[in-house]
Amino acid sequence: MTEQLIGKIETVEKKHEKEKHQKEKEYLRNSVSLKIYRANKHAGESPHYDRIEVPVQRWTTVLDALLYAKAYKDQSIGIRYSCRMASCGSCGMKINGIPRLACYTKVSELQGSEITVEPLANFPHIRDLVTDFSQFFAHHRNMEPYIQNEHPDVITGNNKLTEFMQSPEDVDKYLQFSYCIKCGLCYSACPTVATDTKFPGPQALSQAYRYFTDNRDTASNKRLNLVDDRHGIWRCHFAGSCSSVCPKGVDPALGIQLMRGHLLGFAKNEKKTAELKERLKKDD
Amino acid sequence: MTMLRESQIMKIHYITAVAALFVVAIHILMRIAFMPYGMSLEYGNVIANYQSIPYIILLESILVLVSIHGFNGLRVILLELRQSKKWEDGVTILSIAAMIALIAYGTRTIIIANGLGVG
Repeated sequence: MTEQLIGKIETVEKKHEKEKHQKEKEYLRNSVSLKIYRANKHAGESPHYDRIEVPVQRWTTVLDALLYAKAYKDQSIGIRYSCRMASCGSCGMKINGIPRLACYTKVSELQGSEITVEPLANFPHIRDLVTDFSQFFAHHRNMEPYIQNEHPDVITGNNKLTEFMQSPEDVDKYLQFSYCIKCGLCYSACPTVATDTKFPGPQALSQAYRYFTDNRDTASNKRLNLVDDRHGIWRCHFAGSCSSVCPKGVDPALGIQLMRGHLLGFAKNEKKTAELKERLKKDD
Repeated sequence: MTMLRESQIMKIHYITAVAALFVVAIHILMRIAFMPYGMSLEYGNVIANYQSIPYIILLESILVLVSIHGFNGLRVILLELRQSKKWEDGVTILSIAAMIALIAYGTRTIIIANGLGVG
């Protein structure tokens, strides 16, 4: 009786052991090697790459993998992140050589069993995967990215304040540019920014266009003058890499070209025509 | 050091590019249409070209348009190399000077070949 019991226990134990081995095998099969750029000038650490094996599932993002590595393998990895849902634009980095958001890139969509993660190019480096955004934000600030209107109050015939009416067509003109989350991927991909530090970059220029084309804004000439500079909008080579890396579907290259059209006088009266059409609609 | 806005300079840049394409196309067509291409570089034929006023105008406009477009292109490339007021002003002045010098030298050649400059 006892021998039978011992035998049963042994069988169950063997089964458990087998299952454990199976799970370990699956874990090894579903893992990737992260090749992480490491550098810390202040600590005298020279640039090098660390390879860390990380388990992955179908839904694992590169940020998840990096956070796993940081939590269980090496806590000293420097990463900047916040929302984990492609809204804050903090976790921009070069993944397999292309600027992407780590939280928006699934490991399963990348080819190969090794993923190389590096800091964004064209930004001053701070530590590991963290870069300095000061200059990038300064360029953005220089474009005065807010509505400027000397007469913001719309008054009707009855001397009553009313809301500013904007047609869907008016909104369409700038809507895609307002989706920018300032992640800096376009700035990192821009070949002009790589050589010309005074060039505002695709993000700032597309924001200039976003406010320029907004019919609530009345500072059109001021905005044109801001970008019409030796290192301004004309230095864009139209490589288009800014538009191809944008995670939010913004097309900065299009904004730049449209604004150039305005500067050259091709689309000078577009805004006035829109205003006239609006007035005609109201009159009808 | 800004007599013209960058948009005005670029407008000139684009217009000279299109115009240069047009005049160079006419120039090539004339070379092919009037005589075999190989003969067009013979001494007598070259000198004969400079006796025709419309052809002189064509050559002078090629010279001016290509010089303006080319030297502004060079200025734009050099501007991206360094970012300092000194460099930018230096590059702009030098490219304008080189452009004027080239146009002057080319015009002088046309005048001499036309026989106006020779006594």
